[in-house]
Amino acid sequence: MPSEKNERGAKKRRPVLVQVETPNLIPERDLGTIPVLQAEHLGIDFGGLTAVDDFNIAMGRTEISGLIGPNGAGKTTIFNLLTNVYKPTRGTVLIDGYDTAGKSVAEVNRMGIARTFQNIRLFSKMTVEENVLVGFGNTMRTHLITDMLRLPGHWKQEAEFRDRALELLDIFDMRKYADTLAGNLPYGAQRRLEILRALATGPKVLLLDEPAAGMNPAETEELMENIQKIRDELKIAILLIEHDMSLVMGVCEVVGVLDYGKIIAKGTPEQIQNDSRVIEAYLGKQEVK
Amino acid sequence: MEEEVMTEKRPIISAGGGPRREGAARKTLPMPVRYAINAVVVLVLLVLGELMIDGGAINRYQSTVLEQVGIYIILAVSLNIATGYLGQLPLGHAGFMSMGAYGCSIFIIRMSEALGVGARDFVTGTPMALVLVLGGLVVGGVCAAVAGIVIGIPALRLKGDYLAIITLAFAEIIRVVMLNIDDVVGFDLTGGAAGLTGIPGYSSFLLVFGCVAVVCFLTHTMMKSRHGRAILAIRDNEIAAEASGVNTTYYKTLAFVVSAFFAGVAGGLYAGCVGVLQPAVFGFMKSIEILVMVVLGGMGSMLGSALSATVLTILPEALRAFSEYRMIAYAIVLILVMIFRPQGLLGSYDFSLSRIIERVMNRDFPWARRAEKDEPAAKEVSADA
Amino acid sequence: MFFTQVLNGLQLGSIYALVALGYTMVYGIILLLNFAHGDIIMVGAYVSWLVMAQLGLPPVLAIILSVAACTLMGVLIDKVAYAPLRNAPRLSILITAIGVSYFLENGAQLVFGADAKVVPAYTELTTVQLGGLSLSFPSILTVLVTVVATVALTVVVQKTKLGKAMRAVSEDMGAARLMGINVNTTISFTFAVGSALAGIGAVLYAMAYTQANPTMGMMLGTKAFVAAVLGGIGSIPGAVVGGLLVGFAEVFVTAIGLSVWKDAVVFLLLIIVLVVRPTGIFGRTMNEKV
Repeated sequence: MPSEKNERGAKKRRPVLVQVETPNLIPERDLGTIPVLQAEHLGIDFGGLTAVDDFNIAMGRTEISGLIGPNGAGKTTIFNLLTNVYKPTRGTVLIDGYDTAGKSVAEVNRMGIARTFQNIRLFSKMTVEENVLVGFGNTMRTHLITDMLRLPGHWKQEAEFRDRALELLDIFDMRKYADTLAGNLPYGAQRRLEILRALATGPKVLLLDEPAAGMNPAETEELMENIQKIRDELKIAILLIEHDMSLVMGVCEVVGVLDYGKIIAKGTPEQIQNDSRVIEAYLGKQEVK
Repeated sequence: MEEEVMTEKRPIISAGGGPRREGAARKTLPMPVRYAINAVVVLVLLVLGELMIDGGAINRYQSTVLEQVGIYIILAVSLNIATGYLGQLPLGHAGFMSMGAYGCSIFIIRMSEALGVGARDFVTGTPMALVLVLGGLVVGGVCAAVAGIVIGIPALRLKGDYLAIITLAFAEIIRVVMLNIDDVVGFDLTGGAAGLTGIPGYSSFLLVFGCVAVVCFLTHTMMKSRHGRAILAIRDNEIAAEASGVNTTYYKTLAFVVSAFFAGVAGGLYAGCVGVLQPAVFGFMKSIEILVMVVLGGMGSMLGSALSATVLTILPEALRAFSEYRMIAYAIVLILVMIFRPQGLLGSYDFSLSRIIERVMNRDFPWARRAEKDEPAAKEVSADA
Repeated sequence: MFFTQVLNGLQLGSIYALVALGYTMVYGIILLLNFAHGDIIMVGAYVSWLVMAQLGLPPVLAIILSVAACTLMGVLIDKVAYAPLRNAPRLSILITAIGVSYFLENGAQLVFGADAKVVPAYTELTTVQLGGLSLSFPSILTVLVTVVATVALTVVVQKTKLGKAMRAVSEDMGAARLMGINVNTTISFTFAVGSALAGIGAVLYAMAYTQANPTMGMMLGTKAFVAAVLGGIGSIPGAVVGGLLVGFAEVFVTAIGLSVWKDAVVFLLLIIVLVVRPTGIFGRTMNEKV
């Protein structure tokens, strides 16, 4: 609604193809279509301090990208900008060609972007299954009255979506937890549940904020496989922030390096690993795994 | 809610069917059976109560207290929607109650004058009077719901304490308006400080507890649906709820308005029970009294709200001799509960008759459950290692 | 006539401001809306009544004892009711505060009875002549005391070690603790200062309205809280501006003959301000980190 008044409002209805700056970075298989997520000159200032500046991205429909950078470089801020949690000071975000300007966080989610959080944010007093069902909330279409009076439509839909929720839980082999309170799950399972809840919203792009934080190498290995599995089977794009280099280098097709709110390098994992600027600014003396 | 209805499979990712939990399949009751059982129990209780009143086992005074109990159950259950489920702290529930009380009784008084329904008709319960009463309760609920929207839209943009104070402010405004509106409109509407009199005594045991059953049912069905889950999600983590596509403004307003509507219905019943309405009754203290019921019972527990509403309504009546200590005891209990059991006496536990029946069917008793409970955590560790 | 009304507004506004300061300070430091704060004023007024009307002691002693009683009361309430809940959910502490308020009101009713007690005049001087105008002495005194108290509070918060500790704790309790600040002492100090201001407010209120009753703190406290929220909770100048705003609004509404509506007007003012500026006039926005 507020976007009607926005100066960029004219753009919002029609998908617009914006020229991609670095088309070579989009995987070949995705080149025929418009980028599923595109940000142009995105930036935000917090009281005069520029937290993120001139951030550009164009993601193919089935691309897996990574964003790395030292702590405080602005990675999570970029996620918040892409999902409209923070209103950008500059620049545009297009999801599947539609401008997100003036949309609420929930509307942006419905436009096709889902995310997880660095510090886990589950609905801890609800069961695992209910957490996923909240994600399905917008796909479910029963009217309040249908639900309150328990008309037949309610039963049909509840049953259908409970099945779907269980199937979704199977991705990470979490069906056994369906009736457990999310807050009582082990840490790793909580991280996985966040991903599943995000998937339940039916996104075109999935943003993962440090999905491997606190996981051991074996779990990280498994997560890597699962990220690829999600991409392969659901045909969605995934953008992740991660400190674990083995994960980023192992799973991402494109990696961007962020420092002081700016992208200082962008390319394939091999390019990044050999980029002198990156080694200088970010990796320092540390050897890349 | 473990119905086993099978519909077509929609594989998301290599969907594997299989039982919900590992191990032997659990015996469950189909949903319609569950509802039927509950409906029968409610009906039996209603009939039993009515028979006891008619037969004289419950005297007039006691049945009036019972009506009050029912009214406070509705108030507590409705406030619990906003407090326990949505996780906000509205301090103006009495304001909604008063909107409902005045809306309902003014509607009934005016309409019965216009239609020539006498006060006796309400007691004997002629069809016309019954229609008027039900209509009045709906009018009262709608009045309160409108007030809920009016205050909810600005209030729900604010967080926690600000919301509390703005609802308190709004309830006070309602009280002042009820007190002085007659001078503004130029005729007798609310009766001002002297009170609104001549309200027919339409509230009865059956009506009140019929309403209790309906309110509890509707609250339950709303909460156990996608709408209710959205409301609970907002309580648990508003930012995550929004990021999961929950329209937080809509669902906050919805919870608020439903809560107000039921409070309005309770107000309407209250008017028919006491017969006189004075704005002073619906002050801040009344809001607090209702809040205490919800908090003591356990925020988020409908059974808790209902139980503590019952106890806190009957207890003062039973302890009339100590009435001056009653309020102070309220206060101390409230503080002690917050310090030693902040989640309330029942926490978020809710009673389910069907669940108990199912447990019996499965020979699954609490004393046999402990081992099973510990299992998943252990399994997780081994699976991850 | 006009000057009298302005002075009335200033007087009422000053009392609200003093009480609002207490709300703001406590909120600033532990994010608690201290519902019992208004009732501390009630306690102060009753102490004045006890000392002067019952014991027949001089007003100076009444003032000192009232302020001391309020200070003690504030610290005690924090220690008994709020301190055990320092890490509990905000809602629990808020409800506890409501419980404390409820307790004080009903306790007072039990001890002193429901009817109002007349607090004797603190001073025999009722009016002063100023350039041909006859002005109420209590009004002038109230305004002067408020100005002095506010300045003193500002100095304490800005310059003293405890004041700096207060600001540090309100900014980040965890970090303050790591820096070696005794958080509990600081919180107690905040309650003491806030309640002392409430004590002064109690004396000034009793001076203006010459009575004490069990529920006097509720409306006074609620309106003072409205003042604190209007000004932007957590801000000292905000509390003063908010207090004056509420005071003037009430006096103005009464002056045009709509006194029955004055409570509604104050609350409406609050709703309007909160809708336009959710953090009040001087308030800072605090965003949750995502």
